[in-house]
Amino acid sequence: MQATVDARGFDVGLDLAPGETVAIMGPNGAGKSTLLSVIAGLLRPDSGKAEIDGKVLFNLDGGASVWTAPHHRGTALLAQEPLLFPHLSALENVAFGPRSSGTAKKTARESARKWLAAVDAGELEARRPAELSGGQAQRVAVARALAANPEVLLLDEPMAALDIHAAPLLRRLLKKVLAGRRAIIITHDVLDALMLADRVIVLEGGRITEEGPTRQVLQRPRSRFAAGLSGLNLIPGTLTAAGIRTAEGLEVAGHQDEEAAPGGAGRPGVAAFPPSAVSVFLSDAHGSPRNSFRVTVTDLEQHGDQIRVRAGGMSADVTPAASADLGLVPGMNVYFVIKAAAVAVYPA
Amino acid sequence: MEQPRAGGYHGIPRWIYALAAAGALFVLLPLAAMAARVNWPQFIPLVTSESSLTALGLSLRTSAASTALCIVFGVPLALVLARSRFRGQQLLRAFVLLPLVLPPVVGGIALLYTFGRQGLLGRSLEAAGIQIAFSTTAVVLAQTFVALPFLVVSLEGALRTAGGRFEAVAATLGAGPTTVLRRVTVPLVLPGLASGAVLSFARSLGEFGATLTFAGSLQGVTRTLPLEIYLQRETDADAAVALSLVLVAVAVTVVGLTYRRQGQTDRGSAAPAGERLDGTQ
Repeated sequence: MQATVDARGFDVGLDLAPGETVAIMGPNGAGKSTLLSVIAGLLRPDSGKAEIDGKVLFNLDGGASVWTAPHHRGTALLAQEPLLFPHLSALENVAFGPRSSGTAKKTARESARKWLAAVDAGELEARRPAELSGGQAQRVAVARALAANPEVLLLDEPMAALDIHAAPLLRRLLKKVLAGRRAIIITHDVLDALMLADRVIVLEGGRITEEGPTRQVLQRPRSRFAAGLSGLNLIPGTLTAAGIRTAEGLEVAGHQDEEAAPGGAGRPGVAAFPPSAVSVFLSDAHGSPRNSFRVTVTDLEQHGDQIRVRAGGMSADVTPAASADLGLVPGMNVYFVIKAAAVAVYPA
Repeated sequence: MEQPRAGGYHGIPRWIYALAAAGALFVLLPLAAMAARVNWPQFIPLVTSESSLTALGLSLRTSAASTALCIVFGVPLALVLARSRFRGQQLLRAFVLLPLVLPPVVGGIALLYTFGRQGLLGRSLEAAGIQIAFSTTAVVLAQTFVALPFLVVSLEGALRTAGGRFEAVAATLGAGPTTVLRRVTVPLVLPGLASGAVLSFARSLGEFGATLTFAGSLQGVTRTLPLEIYLQRETDADAAVALSLVLVAVAVTVVGLTYRRQGQTDRGSAAPAGERLDGTQ
């Protein structure tokens, strides 16, 4: 599928293998929900085309434009809110999809019971949506989406509106039902991407800035957004023999991955290192191969049992005792020192 | 004068209560004055006289028919106004709501020049052997003309409040537009539809000006209860007052039912302008 929506500066193309689950991540307003709306047929893009298994969803390139109505697409949408039809019981909600495709009432109900049981909500079948908790309602909504037997399941932050107790249960449930199913899930939670998705796509400003297998994106992030997700510091620049050189001329020494092609010098690359690898000093330190940057502290915040020091677009984790010893306050000039061995350098 | 409720500051000056009380009295006092004039010993015979019963029966039948027509045309109008986007939509809304502010007698004249013998459509209908003006059908059309906006306003508000998200989800589950309308949209806005229908019925029941102009006042054919009351006022004031009280009772029941429903569901949109405009003839 490939589509552009001019008014929103949206231009995205993606492929989905059968049985593959893709996580879409990105900051607010990046176009994540726009993507799902375009696939579901709720928003008409300005150009582009999409098809599932040879069935054309839309083709707005060229002369004769094709536009398949949402109800003929087989793309069930599960939103942040369950959006269960308030006038129907849980069972009738789940039976809605099969009924709409012309299945007889009795058969549709049997199928609905099966799906309710699959999401551990069998005992809720007679309840109205108003009588369900947030987690229960979202489970019923999952059953309703699956009962429609979609070719692609679209999930728009399905866990975002749930409280912290209900979310893990639904995540386990989704892991079970998404296995071997073609799905696209929008999420802000790196845990969702890890548990549910085979592949991660990072969307920023209406464009894909990074994509790859979940593990690779989190271990070797190339975009600032993905680095933030995996909690790494990321410095972009140009590859050199010893590491990278930033646009400002700063040299960062690090160890290159084997996968980095030899003679990659001159190509764009990034240096990544965890905040725990950063030491904070008041004066410049010299010695074994290491990087030392003079930075101004912008923020201090509690992070687990450590103090996270933010300075110069990087983060460092120090113990509260060390922070007190150094007398760290915002506005102070300090040196961030990172051993070259702790810095991973790879092509962007 | 009411004291502020414990725990909440509402910032209403005391003199506002005085003006509000005067406003409430202005509505209630005339009704009380009329109730005081009712000839109670004769009440039952007066309201059950043959002409009264005929008029009441005609009013109920035609109002029911008008309400049905309002639903048939008003639901699609409200859907189109609330859900779709097209050029001239604001203009269409303004024209649909026009009968709310139009003097009903003007509506009657307009209908006469449409469906009357020499009217725009009336001439063709006449040729086909169908005569509408001054018939019971004319009563129904006149009432529908003035009552339609009440249903459209109520329902459009309810549709906007309900939003289109449930419909979108239903479509992704494989439901075609007609199925979505039948199984999702209409059930969701049922309270708004009901209150709109009730208001339309009440407006039809009280219709006078357009009916008299377009349908005339023929006993048993076009003489509805308001027309009967107006006529009786000339000859038998007691009967007019008694019948008026019957209409007041019906109106109070209808308004009571509507507002109770809204209180319960918090959904359907109110069109309180309706009762105000009932008296503009």
